Amino acid sequence: MVAGIAVLVFREVLEAALVVSVVFAATRGLPGRTRWVSAGVTAGVLGAVAVALSAGFIAEAAEGMGQELFNASVLFAAVVMIGWHAIWMATHGREIAMQMHALGAEVSVGRRPLAALLIVVALAVLREGSEVVLFLFAQAAGGSGWVDIAGGIALGVAGGVATGFALYFGLLRIPIRYFFTATNWLLLLLAAGMASQAARFLVQADLLPSLGPRLWDSSTLLSDHSLLGQTLHALVGYDARPAGVQVVFYVVTGALIAIGMRVWGRPRKKVTDAA
Amino acid sequence: MTSKTLPILIVVGVLGLTAGAAVGQDAEARLVIRDHRFEPAEITVPAGKKVKLVIDNQDATAEEFESYELNREKVVPPKAQITIFVGPLQPGRYPFFGDFHKDTAQGVLIAK
Repeated sequence: MVAGIAVLVFREVLEAALVVSVVFAATRGLPGRTRWVSAGVTAGVLGAVAVALSAGFIAEAAEGMGQELFNASVLFAAVVMIGWHAIWMATHGREIAMQMHALGAEVSVGRRPLAALLIVVALAVLREGSEVVLFLFAQAAGGSGWVDIAGGIALGVAGGVATGFALYFGLLRIPIRYFFTATNWLLLLLAAGMASQAARFLVQADLLPSLGPRLWDSSTLLSDHSLLGQTLHALVGYDARPAGVQVVFYVVTGALIAIGMRVWGRPRKKVTDAA
Repeated sequence: MTSKTLPILIVVGVLGLTAGAAVGQDAEARLVIRDHRFEPAEITVPAGKKVKLVIDNQDATAEEFESYELNREKVVPPKAQITIFVGPLQPGRYPFFGDFHKDTAQGVLIAK
């Protein structure tokens, strides 16, 4: 039973850990980021327990579509925060990279985006964590021993967190000159993927037309539930069988953030350069 | 202006009627979860129609309905009933499972 518990915990923790890693990389050089990200994880874990405890209430809300509305809202909130941060970084990323190059240490820029990313981290942990908590409740009620449950949690969390760290240290190998361009693109894809997932929930609730329930099926090439498929799902929103409207949300979100980075990213750079 | 607005109004009206008719035509299917198993484990629904799938969890523990083939996933709280919309589906077999009790909670939805 330990293995079964560990696998499910690992899968959920992995998705959250990948999001946290990208956020942690994207905030490189910002003072106090460890504290902010830790606070986000803590808030997410507490939120996950709260959501799991109110699962019945959420499920019955909005005529049985509370879960979809809740998930879609959480995802859209994260999309907005990530988009905001990516656009903010397009303005300040170069500045931070230059200062880091000069000082080799943390830099002094605003800490505004950290609050946005705290929310992103908290929401990612909350979403995946609430499923883990519900699953563990079910396991405990189903007679799994505490040793099995504790062991499964330990192994699953350790595996997921280790994969997150691997991604983080992999990203750190990107030369500093290109670093924030890379993390900005990662943030853009992360947000686009979340928008696509949110659209899927709204189709599932029949609140959005599917525009083709299955636009393509690439599951034989790369299945959603393979380790790579799931990693790409969490990072860039890979979906082996997307509905048409998911692709629309993906492309529109990506395009809006890209435009935002161009429009607001440039003029301020000039101001900074001039000053 | 009027010459342009009228056709738009007609299109919107027709779309609205079609959507309304489509809602009326949704097929419905019911699944029960008992002792961490789906009943029935095989369920047939019409192909080419949107299907309203109602899942009634009679167990005292939560389950997560999941299907890779249907691209759906939804928590079913203990002693609760949830609804999931799928399709319109191509004819075929669409396996699903309960993610919290995978060893027993297995089923397949058949679209004909």
